[in-house]
Formats: sequence, structure tokens, C-alpha cells
Amino acid sequence: MTTPLLTLTDRGLHCPDGDFTIDPWRKVDRAIITHGHGDHARNGMGHYWTAAPGVPILRKRLGQYSPVEGVPYGERRTFGAVTVSFHPAGHILGSAQVRVQRGDEVWVVTGDFKREADPTCAPFEPVPCDVLVTEATFAYPIYQWPNPDTVMEEIYAWWQRCAAEDRPAVLYTYALGKAQRILAGLHAFTNETVWLHGAIDGLTRIYRDAGVTMVPTVPVSEMPRSDRGAGRLILAPPSAAGSKWAKRFRGASTGFASGWMQVRGTRRRKGYDEGFVLSDHADWPGLLRTVEDSGAQRVLATHGHTDALLAHLQGLGIEAQALATPYGETEAE
Amino acid sequence: MNAFAALLTALERARSTGRKLELLTAYFKAAPAGDAAWALHLLTGRRPQRIATGPELRRWLGEATGLSDTVLEATYAHVGDLAETLALVLPPPRAGTQAPETSLQALLENTLAPLRGASAEARKSTLLTLWQAYPQGPRLWLNKLITGGLRVGVGEGLTLRALGQAFGLDPAVLQHRWMTPQAPTAEAFNALVDPEQATLHWAAPYPFCLAQPLRDGALPPHPSTAVLAEWKWDGVRCQLVRREGKTALWSRGRDRLEDRFPELTAAADDLPEGTVLDGELLAWAENGPGPFVELSRRLQRKRVTAALQRAVPVRFMAYDLLELHGEDLRPQPLEQRRQRLETLLSPAPAPALLLSPRLDNRSWESLAALRADARRQAAEGLMLKHEASAYESGRRHQSWWKWKLDPETVDAILLYAQPGHGRRANLYTDFTFAVWDQGALVPLAKAYSGLDEPTLERLDHWIRRNTKERFGPVRAVTPALVFELAFDSAHPAPRRKAGMALRFPRIHRWREDLAIEDADALETLRARLLPHG
Repeated sequence: MTTPLLTLTDRGLHCPDGDFTIDPWRKVDRAIITHGHGDHARNGMGHYWTAAPGVPILRKRLGQYSPVEGVPYGERRTFGAVTVSFHPAGHILGSAQVRVQRGDEVWVVTGDFKREADPTCAPFEPVPCDVLVTEATFAYPIYQWPNPDTVMEEIYAWWQRCAAEDRPAVLYTYALGKAQRILAGLHAFTNETVWLHGAIDGLTRIYRDAGVTMVPTVPVSEMPRSDRGAGRLILAPPSAAGSKWAKRFRGASTGFASGWMQVRGTRRRKGYDEGFVLSDHADWPGLLRTVEDSGAQRVLATHGHTDALLAHLQGLGIEAQALATPYGETEAE
Repeated sequence: MNAFAALLTALERARSTGRKLELLTAYFKAAPAGDAAWALHLLTGRRPQRIATGPELRRWLGEATGLSDTVLEATYAHVGDLAETLALVLPPPRAGTQAPETSLQALLENTLAPLRGASAEARKSTLLTLWQAYPQGPRLWLNKLITGGLRVGVGEGLTLRALGQAFGLDPAVLQHRWMTPQAPTAEAFNALVDPEQATLHWAAPYPFCLAQPLRDGALPPHPSTAVLAEWKWDGVRCQLVRREGKTALWSRGRDRLEDRFPELTAAADDLPEGTVLDGELLAWAENGPGPFVELSRRLQRKRVTAALQRAVPVRFMAYDLLELHGEDLRPQPLEQRRQRLETLLSPAPAPALLLSPRLDNRSWESLAALRADARRQAAEGLMLKHEASAYESGRRHQSWWKWKLDPETVDAILLYAQPGHGRRANLYTDFTFAVWDQGALVPLAKAYSGLDEPTLERLDHWIRRNTKERFGPVRAVTPALVFELAFDSAHPAPRRKAGMALRFPRIHRWREDLAIEDADALETLRARLLPHG
């Protein structure tokens, strides 16, 4: 009997035959990276392979001269007896599913993904496989995303309400991916300049260089100190909430854009004025559809919230198990 | 229903009391009286009887969505709130569908009320229709009405303030009228907010005057001799109303209790016409107050038997006189009211009516010594009231203080956790704690308040990673964390595993410095807390 194609070690999802690890969280020589979020792309690996559009993001996170190699979507690379290719996951710019093939056995690791349209990245592409390793961040049937266009409209309307009251609107959002998705989505309504926290500004430049159309932006640091942002929309990472930086925007209305805002308890506990249900992860129907599209007879779920999904898939006669990974812990979504 | 649902959603999102007041006022101004009556009823904590049980709702949800019990159970555990789980799992109404225009009154009286006691089929079919008609927002509140679990984060005080503002009423007048509960009808609501003087019901009690707590060793800013000191009795605060030859006994929660305590009604027979006493309803042992648990035995029974009356005798311990011969005495200084009360009750017209004694107030030291002895008097501490104070209502009185005993504490081990409700619906906040008994852990108390938000989040995280077993929404965790619980008193409870129960247990702090071996043992607790048991 041959070894399993991928196996979970204390470093990550390891392929013994190809001698590489997918999204390792401890040091390995050869790392295959699904996308540039901090819980998936970590420092200290010997060599990195990632989907070509994700290279600038990885370099920004890991350093300009880090050993990162971009592979175009769909192109096959050989690692020993194993073939590896990257396929769009629709999560953020450069995000990929990793397809691993040995003989006629195919495994697909989705990484983080979503099925909704997103103007900032290539859309998710279903990849047939025998074993699907799927994320399960929002794996409960209560998570059924509203139409993202409607959510963008809500964000814009909130900004306009704040502007009418002469208040700043500070929207907290993940700096990589979600922020740029919002900037691109707002373009349908306005061409007014949005202010950015420093952590978002650098990443937004990468998106612009990649040709993503977004509303004009300016880093907050370039605005005169006396301007307190009344009537402005300001994007900032959640870590800036309650900080000295945020104090500048006196009387601001605060918002948070995240899939977690679907649940009232979370929404109220986080203490933002507004919660916008906008996620870069698959919702429950998205997860089920992806399993179905893949045709996989075996599903392994990562990210912790797996109990409902596993029970549901087992009910459909699919072999389903959980994989204990630390994904989703460092960067909340 | 839509306006009420919008109000509830907005209230939940409101960040300041001012904003809540604004929202409530606007609602009361705009709502038809029939709706406003129900809204007032629901906002002040009256709950409609539930129409379906949790298991029924989950079954119907499973049938409507094709999801299995296991999936729904896990989802419910994740959300922590059944009404919300239902609202979110059900598919949204078809795009462009408007929520029905049914009024709150019509929904409650014509649609929901007839379902109580109806067949499961009838209830299910109506609920499925309602679920399909309403979008997620109103659907949540509809479900709260169905499950009987509606809780809104506005107090009675705030709701009444808003009502007063909406109709330009004097808060004192409104409060007084409010003390006599009414059915949620348009007629009663219109009478409540009538700007002209309405005639009060013969039994109408006065709004209770509340004391503020003394904390951190602070004392009232007066010489001790200017303060009337009494025991803070551990019973039920009540007003005994004698008018038109009839007697009413009101609890602070606006419940009429006289039918449950016929001996007190009889004792009030000889009070002068137009008398209102403020005092404490107490269970009575041979020579003094009995424990509160005894009194609850009487409170639980609507119809009282002679045997129960003999087993648990009660007394009314009077400490204030609010009305005499029909005259409202509330504006008078306490010292004068007190003298008239003493005259009225000496000698007592009946043995069940007692006068709460004045305590020796010659110095703060002597009062402190008395307070230290309160537990032996079956009291919770001392009440201190300035001699010149009027009987006020509304906010907590500036010249009345409660000087409670320091609580008892126990170091106990976290055993089970359950998600909270409302704002804490998907956060583990309701805990069961255990103590040692012969090398095993026995559950001692449940507690759910006392930790701040960051600590709760941290604990929640820990609980999710240290779950041993799940029973529905309840998780059994690895015994590893010790907490200091505070509580007011302990009493024997033979049906519990620990053989005792704590009164008002709450979490004091997370004892991260303690290992589970350092937690308390049942044996020593029993010896310390139940010296007679």
C-alpha cells in the first residue's frame, strides 16, 4: 500500500512523495502557498511556490528578496512522482487551490475560497478530484451570504449618512483582500477618494499594479493633521480600533465588514455601530456546492468549525473527517 | 409587526441610553394604541406564552430545510440562540417579497394566540407560513414571540420615561398609574397615558422608594444620629394596601400576593380605611425571620392550604407608612411618617403585623458592629435612611442606603459551560462550578455574571479547546480552571448532589493562581455555611 498523498504533520499538510508542505506553519524546505494571509504564508521556509498573481503579496509579507516562485494558474510542476498545479480560489488576489496528482489519484487543497463574484481576483474554478481538503470557516447553515452588491450599497449608504451628519465613517476590515474588494465595489457608486490606514495602503498599491479598478485612495498619513475626516470613508484593520490612531476621527461612526457579522451576538459584542456581512470565505451553500462540483468521495475539513459540515456530508454518504490545523487563528477571517 | 421589529432591531443597535429613549418615544408616538399596549407589555418584561417547544421547532426546521438533527444541533450550539438559528437557517423570502402589514396586535391576538393549545399540525402550518412571509430581521423577533423568549435590553424605567415623553406626562403620575398592572389593551393603554387625571384603582400601590448601595467602606455623609437604621430583611418587599374595606398585597414586581397570604389579609382588617404600609414579607420561625427559601415555598403556591400556613407562618414587617386615612404621607419627612407608623402599630392590631425595630444609631461604630451581626438576625445587612427624607420614587433615593454584608466566597472548579443569550448568544457565559467531595467533583452552583468582556472571550476560547463532551448546547470541560464565586448565603437543598444551594452566586474573579487541588471541599463548606445542618 502506498503512503497517503497528503498527510497532516506538526508542520502542515505534507506530501511525502513530492517532499513539499502546503501552507506550513513551521519551518520546511519546500512550501506551497495557497495565498498571502498571515496564517497561510509564514516566514522562514527554504523555498516558496505560489500562484503567479500572488507573488507581490508574498514578497511584501516575507521580504523583497525572499525565495518566492510564481506559477501561472493551471501550469503543472513536477515534484518527484507528483504533479502540482494552482487553480483560482476566488478568495483574494493570487489565491489558489492546490491540485496534487500522483498517477491517476488527485487531491485538491482549496485553501481559503469563495464562490461569489469578486472584481479583485480570478473567480473560483471547480477542480475534479478524489479527495478534497476544504476550508470550513463558515461551515454552518446560518451562513448564507447576501448578494455582495447589496452589501456594497449598504456600505455606501452608511458612508453617505455619516457624510450628511458631518462625521467620519471608519470601516474596519481585513487589510488584505477585503479592503480592496470594498474599494473596487464602491467604484460602482462613486469616484470619491477613500482614506486608508498605512497597513492597507501598501497592499492596495499591489492591487492597483495588478490592474484592479478601485476608487481613488490616499493614505491617512498624507492628510493634514487638522483634517479629522468628517464626511470621509476611512478603511483600517481591526487592530486599529480603539487605538491612538483612531482617536483622530472624533465622533466617527464605526463599521466592520465580516462574515461573522451575520450572528447578532458577535455583532453586538464587537461593539461596532454597523456590521456588514461580507466575507471572502465560502458560505454553507458554497461549501456544499464545491464538494459536489469536485466529485470527491472523501472530504477533509480544516479551520475548526467542522462538526455540522462533517455530519451533513456523512449523511450524503461522503467520507468526511476533520483536520486539526491552526488556520484561521492569526487573522480572524 | 414590522414597526415593532424595526424598533427592537434599532434598540439592539443603539449605543446610548439617549438614543434608546429617542427610539422608544418615537415608536409610542406613532403606534396605534392596540400595538403600543402590547409593545409596552413586552418591553417591560411580560412574555407571551410560548407556542412551540424547542424540540418541536427544531423538528419543523429540519422538515423545512432537509437538514439533519445533528447539523441543526451543532448549528444551534454555534449560534446559542434558537430563535436566531431559525431566522438564519430558513431560506430568505423570495426576492422582492414585502413583509406582511399585519399589526403587532393582530399578529399576537388573531394569529398567535389561537395557536396556544392547538394541534401540532395547526401550529406547524401557521409557523411555516409566517417564516416564509417575513425576512430575516422581523423573523428573529417573531421567533422570540413564538418561543416566549423575548428579552429587550431596555429597563422598565427607560420605557416609562419614553412613554411619559411621548404623551407629555409627569413621570411621577405615570409611575403611580403604572403600579396597577393592566391587560395589554388599547383601552387600558389610553387610560394609562390620558393627560387628564385618571381615577386610580382602589388597590393602586405607590411606586417603591429604592435605596442606593453603600460600597467600598463609604458611609452616608451625615452623623449617624441623623439616620434611621433598621435591619435589611431578607424577604419580599411589599406594600400592604387597605382601602374601601378591602386589602391588597403588592410585591415590588407588581404582583398581587394577597390570595397567597390570607393571614395577612385578615391582619389588615383592623387597619384604618385608607392605609398603605411599606414593609417586608417574611417567613417566620419561632422567634424571628426564617430563611428566604421557606418563603419561596409559599410564593410558589397560588392556592394556599391550612397545612402550608401552619408549616410556613409569615409576617409583614412594616417600616414605612405611605398613606393614612387616605392622606398621601410620602412628602412628609421620614421621622414623622415613622412616628405615625409606630403609633399605628403599637400595640399591633394583629400578631402578623410587626414593626421593624429602630437600631442603635449612636455612632457609626455601633452600627458597623450591628451590621457584622446581621446574619444572625437572618438579615442581609442594614438599611439607613435620613430622618428628613421624603418617600421618593423613580431613581434611587439620594438619602436612603443599603449597607449589605460582604458576600461569602468559595473557590470552585469550572465543570460545564453554556452559551448566553442576547448579546452573549454565541459566547460561553453560563457556567456550572463544582467543589471536591471525597476526591470527586460535585456541581455546586451556576453563575453567569461578573467577568468582563475580554476575560469572557479568553475563557470562551479556552472552553472551545478543552471540551470533553457535549450535551446539546452544554459543554463539559476538562476540570482545570478555578474561580472565586461570591454568594449571599447558603441553604440546605437535599435534592441537589451537593446537598446545598447558594443564593445569588456570581463570579468574583478567575483564580488563575490556583490549581484545581486548591479548590474548596464540600465538607468544609458545609461546616462553615450550614452550622445547623
